[in-house]
Amino acid sequence: METKIRVLVAKPGLDGHDRGAKVIARAFRDAGFEVIYTGLRQTPEQVVHAALQEDVDVVGLSVLSGAHMTLCPRIMDLMKKEGLNDVMVLVGGIIPDLDVAKLKNQGVSEIFQPGASTEDIVAYVRQNIRKK
Amino acid sequence: MAKDVKERPFTTVSGVPIDRLYTADSITDFDYEHDLADPGDAPYTRGIYSTMYRSRPWTMRQFSGFGTAEDTNARFKYLLKNGQTGLSVAFHLPTLMGLDSDHPMSEGEVGKCGVAIDSLADMETLFDGIPLDKISTSMTTNAPAMMIWAMYLVVAEKEGVTWDKLRGTIQNDILKEYIAQKTFIYPPRPSMKLIVDTFEFGTKHVPQWNTISISGYHIREAGSTALQELAFTLYDGIEYVEWAIRAGLDVDDFAPRLSFFFNAHNDLFEEVAKYRAARKIWYKVMTERFHCKNPKSAILRFHTQTAGCSLTAQQPYNNIVRVAIQALAAVLGGTQSLHTNSLDETLALPTEQSSRIALRTQQIIANESGVTNTVDPLGGSYFVERLTLDMEKGCWEYFERLDAMGGMVSAIEKSFPQREIQDAAYDYQKAIERKEKIIVGVNDYVMEEESAIDILLIDESVTQRQFDKLNHVRTTRDNDRVNSVREELRKAAKRADGNLMPFVLDCVRAYTTLGEMCDDLRSVYGTYEEPAF
Repeated sequence: METKIRVLVAKPGLDGHDRGAKVIARAFRDAGFEVIYTGLRQTPEQVVHAALQEDVDVVGLSVLSGAHMTLCPRIMDLMKKEGLNDVMVLVGGIIPDLDVAKLKNQGVSEIFQPGASTEDIVAYVRQNIRKK
Repeated sequence: MAKDVKERPFTTVSGVPIDRLYTADSITDFDYEHDLADPGDAPYTRGIYSTMYRSRPWTMRQFSGFGTAEDTNARFKYLLKNGQTGLSVAFHLPTLMGLDSDHPMSEGEVGKCGVAIDSLADMETLFDGIPLDKISTSMTTNAPAMMIWAMYLVVAEKEGVTWDKLRGTIQNDILKEYIAQKTFIYPPRPSMKLIVDTFEFGTKHVPQWNTISISGYHIREAGSTALQELAFTLYDGIEYVEWAIRAGLDVDDFAPRLSFFFNAHNDLFEEVAKYRAARKIWYKVMTERFHCKNPKSAILRFHTQTAGCSLTAQQPYNNIVRVAIQALAAVLGGTQSLHTNSLDETLALPTEQSSRIALRTQQIIANESGVTNTVDPLGGSYFVERLTLDMEKGCWEYFERLDAMGGMVSAIEKSFPQREIQDAAYDYQKAIERKEKIIVGVNDYVMEEESAIDILLIDESVTQRQFDKLNHVRTTRDNDRVNSVREELRKAAKRADGNLMPFVLDCVRAYTTLGEMCDDLRSVYGTYEEPAF
């Protein structure tokens, strides 16, 4: 039997706006993925620790507060240190265009801005995932 | 295209089915005196004043805040110069969470989605040169509302403005934080005590202040339907009244200072029905459930903000049109004050130019559209009256369910409103993806290449400037005094009886930081973790 894609949906930082995180978590579940939701207000260390513990294939970060250029690079660094190089990282939220390229340079696979459809996100994961 | 339209269900933005035509037969259960009455008369469905905007337009109150207190003070002055009539402060996330700017969790958040306020010193700068006895100020703060309000009161005190002259609002609505926005610190029960303390203090010392703004805005932004927004918000109101009465307050002493805050989404008629039903239901709640004697206790006054969640990052100039429709709904629904969102708010905080267009949108409605010439222009519309009656009916049904759960705090502990909203948010997203709902520029009328617009960037030096200010406060204040007032605050919190407000005021006067005060209460009350559901 094919193993399920495991996704960690995480809310790093102080931002409590979790509508998007909850919607995408449910869409991933409906798509047959295993979803772990971290809950609110996670430090980068907590997010990476959860990714390691849960042995996930994908980490989805949701940030709407404007702190993404502090939080996401920190998470990418910690993931590299932990050897989680083959884990796909996705970022969703209020991410201005000018930060998209910067985040991709740091190893984020894709950024989903407001208006992104859950179907497109699910399809992106299916097409680009490298199962361990 | 025509085929698509046919297959798409005729529903409101909340998914409520709408008939082809409404006639007199649609409202046979409707009675003018009982369901409407004239504006200014109970049950206030048509408006709380007989003349409404003919005597005074609504307060144009643009929510704003970013960077340091100096940055936001300059924006305030700019908005006032351009005809804004009230202030509304947006605080950055560390302040909303009761953390100082140099707390490790604050990293990357300083000054980002609001202004950084760490102590009285920042508050003095924020209101520098603004006459507090002439302007009304709304402050969006919840978990640490008591501390922020105390800072405002002390600024007034230092400027020689007596508290009886102060007008404004603290949001102070913690229930919707557990339900929707999630900016909570303490568990629900001690949080409710802090709120009741502010009701009591306000009644005695700051009589013109709205001690709470019971908010549906964030419930709607989290994905609820219009009905859920209305029902959960009004029921939150019921919960606050019950807690205050249980604490020994007389309903007529505090109820006139309760205010409400609703969202304005795209579905014009559904929104108008929501505001009209809100006034009528609240009148019934206050008179029939709480037996208030002061007529003012039963009058629902509300602020409105257009729906941030309805705006699109795609073709952002289209947002001006969405905001205009939403603002019109709020005005047709009889709002007391209004914030119009800026076209760029799905991308960043608004620029000066975009916030000016948002303010101008209100000014155009007020001065050019003619809708302010008469009160409740939609009153008597078969369609709007049907929607209003249905909105009310749906609300009473939710109230029954919430009563059966033992009230809103218990319902929150059971994750009931959270789950209802989450389901509605998911259904809405799916309806968009199935194209049952068309969002222009997102799932139809899409442009392949869009030109970027200029957005506001927060100067990265904000963090360092804020650290320097905070260090200056910590090293120049009388730290022995700070230790002693903090000790008194902790003791008062442990006693659990008696109002905490005087102790918080003493802490503020000594330049105790917000993080320190909130830590003191954390040490007594603990913190809240959202249950998994």
